[in-house]
Amino acid sequence: MEAHPPADGADEIAAQVEAAMASGLALEIRGGGTKSFYGCPVVGNTLSVAAHTGIVHYEPSELVLTARAGTPLRDIEETLRRNGQMLGFEPPYFGGDATWGGTFACGFSGPRRPFTGSARDFVLGCRIVNGRGEILSFGGEVMKNVAGFDVSRLMVGALGTLGVLLEVSVKVLPQPECEITLSFDLAWEQARQKMVEYSRGVWPISALAYDGRLWLRLSGAEIAAAAAARRLGGDPVAGGDSYWRSLREQTHPFFRSAGDLWRLSLPPAADVPPLPGEWLWDWGGAQRWLWTWAAGEEIRTAARAVGGHALLFRAAHPPARFFQDLDPSLIALHRRLKSAFDPKHILNPGRFGEGF
Amino acid sequence: MNAFAPDPDRRGKAADKAAFVRELGRHLGAESLLTDPEDLRPFACDALTAYTRRPWIAVLPGTVEEVRQVLRLCREYRIPMVARGAGTGLSGGALPLEDGVLLSLTKFDRVLAIDPVNRFARVEPGVRNLAISEAAAPHGLYYAPDPSSQIACSIGGNVAENSGGVHCLKYGLTVHNVLQVKVVTMDGELLTLGSLGLDGPGYDLLALIHGSEGLLGVVVEVVVRLLPIPETAKTLLASFASIEAAANAVAGLIAAGLLPAGLELMDRFSIHATEAFVHAGYPLDAEALVLCELDGMAGQVEADAVRARAVLASFGAKELREARDEAERKKFWAGRKAAFPAVGRLTPDYYCLDGTIPRRRLAEVLRRIGEWSREYGFAVANVFHAGDGNLHPLILYDAQKPGDLARVEEFGTRILELCVAVGGTITGEHGVGVEKIDSMCIQFTPAELRQFHALKAAFDPEGLLNPGKAIPTLHRCAEFGRMHVHGGRLDHPELERF
Repeated sequence: MEAHPPADGADEIAAQVEAAMASGLALEIRGGGTKSFYGCPVVGNTLSVAAHTGIVHYEPSELVLTARAGTPLRDIEETLRRNGQMLGFEPPYFGGDATWGGTFACGFSGPRRPFTGSARDFVLGCRIVNGRGEILSFGGEVMKNVAGFDVSRLMVGALGTLGVLLEVSVKVLPQPECEITLSFDLAWEQARQKMVEYSRGVWPISALAYDGRLWLRLSGAEIAAAAAARRLGGDPVAGGDSYWRSLREQTHPFFRSAGDLWRLSLPPAADVPPLPGEWLWDWGGAQRWLWTWAAGEEIRTAARAVGGHALLFRAAHPPARFFQDLDPSLIALHRRLKSAFDPKHILNPGRFGEGF
Repeated sequence: MNAFAPDPDRRGKAADKAAFVRELGRHLGAESLLTDPEDLRPFACDALTAYTRRPWIAVLPGTVEEVRQVLRLCREYRIPMVARGAGTGLSGGALPLEDGVLLSLTKFDRVLAIDPVNRFARVEPGVRNLAISEAAAPHGLYYAPDPSSQIACSIGGNVAENSGGVHCLKYGLTVHNVLQVKVVTMDGELLTLGSLGLDGPGYDLLALIHGSEGLLGVVVEVVVRLLPIPETAKTLLASFASIEAAANAVAGLIAAGLLPAGLELMDRFSIHATEAFVHAGYPLDAEALVLCELDGMAGQVEADAVRARAVLASFGAKELREARDEAERKKFWAGRKAAFPAVGRLTPDYYCLDGTIPRRRLAEVLRRIGEWSREYGFAVANVFHAGDGNLHPLILYDAQKPGDLARVEEFGTRILELCVAVGGTITGEHGVGVEKIDSMCIQFTPAELRQFHALKAAFDPEGLLNPGKAIPTLHRCAEFGRMHVHGGRLDHPELERF
């Protein structure tokens, strides 16, 4: 299926970056502005990619879609839905204006992530403008590609600090024929055991969370999902979709608390040293949300102790230096990489942390 | 300039070299340092045997600390270095340097831990791919990526090449199944990339290190994700009257919303070669066969198999068989996995390609390869991961015949150019190494290559790690003189000349 997208705005975006490089004035890259809370604040002239829209190429039989950065995420999901397909990483929107570019610049993934893959996992290729104003393509539209360094996946979650995303190509998935959500009234310790047990089994699970109850989603052929539901027991949840949407979009009541919202990425069954605050477990325990007023160092140390990491997802007060926990040697490498892509440090400088 | 060798100014002077070896000796035991030409012979090539070169010396460190010392010394003395795992690579990525150190990681062969609760395995880089699944099996878990060389290839090499396998259509490549790696950089620093969670902090350097072909760092530890062993697997074997019909059936299965664990295609030549070698029970009257494996929970697999059969039949499958039991299923796969050696028995030499193309162009590309095969007079066996469009045409030739290797390489380059022209890539899983370095000039613009070099320099400013591999210099591309044909949509006749 060849789409007919609006005019290509790539050259104009590249020209703006080139002008910024010449003047040394920083740019704040902006799509729909729905995730501007994330990362450190940037001071710079706005570089909007919102007008660079359109699905460039979509081939359902190839499971591949390429779209421009400014394309509204909802348009892409609607197009896929009409063809019985979906994005396998269930991307959060955080607002109706979410764009394709912002989705990958932030690299967030929803509840389906541990079972199907992350935003980065589905990326096949991209077209970017680097900090020299050059338009470059990496990867492509095929599932396997090891020619050159994997710059496409490096761009995911880099918050535009290594390049302005122009186009991203992804692998898409067929929609499951049927989804069933179950919930279980379980105390914390029991729920944790169940999560481990279910994850080690061959159940067609596509989401697993604990918010005081255990929530589980099954996806697949109707006959298989129904059979799994019967064997697992629990309470069937009518309209389970809205529950998973509330987790993905952080509209679940848990997210209406006060303090700093931390995201801890951990081995799923890890025992974290006690921290004050309120918890919600997603991704079968591999992604945990914590509302707390505790000091960042305490949280980072706790996550590191079990081999994970913590980041300040929504700060009560914007973080001053780093919102992610990096070793000093990694910070130095990040700065060198930043300079390799953006020698004048004009693309979202400091969004990731001091110096990159 | 020969891009396979480091620039002369980078090489250590003879006197410095003696000092370098003396210093190495202080950090490594004598048995870990090989200098005798006879001892160095096994390191002269990887599985791409068309290129051989004896290294200056080889070192076999046994600890991470020793690896760090070796790299620090190499940096200090400006001596280039090539890391090597099991040596099963197909693109010459581990080809040593006459003036460089060959770093072998074979002593790093321990499974350090299996965590069945968090479902990961922590292993040293020299551990064989299959050994991980064997170690995890008692817990009902396994490591999904399964390159055909899995009984021999090492996990460190899998990371360096981002290896695929016959089951990566559903379960992904190495990059999708690794949680964390520890890497020693050229200045001897030990970095941890990723985490024991599902992602790591900062830029996705874990993704970047995958497929970097030993140019960015030396992998000294890998944590892989383990998956539950599927409850059941069904394998269908469908035969077709033409390779085009088989290719269309493959596209049809994906279009129908099925996601087989494996989806492979073999042509008549490969079927016959394999059948004579391992007796897999393949139909000998077919022009092409498709192997389609479905796995998961029993009910799901039943439902999928019914649909897959219907699709295969609708695309004209002449014969449709389902493996009756586990033994027959293994036999079907044994045939596929033995296809390369089976073809190898029939020819003095073969040249294996690895281009990947959009699935819908399969039939067309195969037809063109057939035409060129007649034009050049070299037989071609086609066996490949059809589900993800990854072709492995094997061109049969005799290296003893003067001029044949050059003509085979020309034929191969034409195929790779075609892959790029139809929107694909020159290498799906074997890597660029030394073999496809000139074809990189077709796939990437000078600006893109410059970006690769800048990225490399952020890790290794002096270019000491595996120099001359994977990313060609712009100078080399200008000499190669081929035009860049990106994705079939952007011609660059204004290609910069140097």
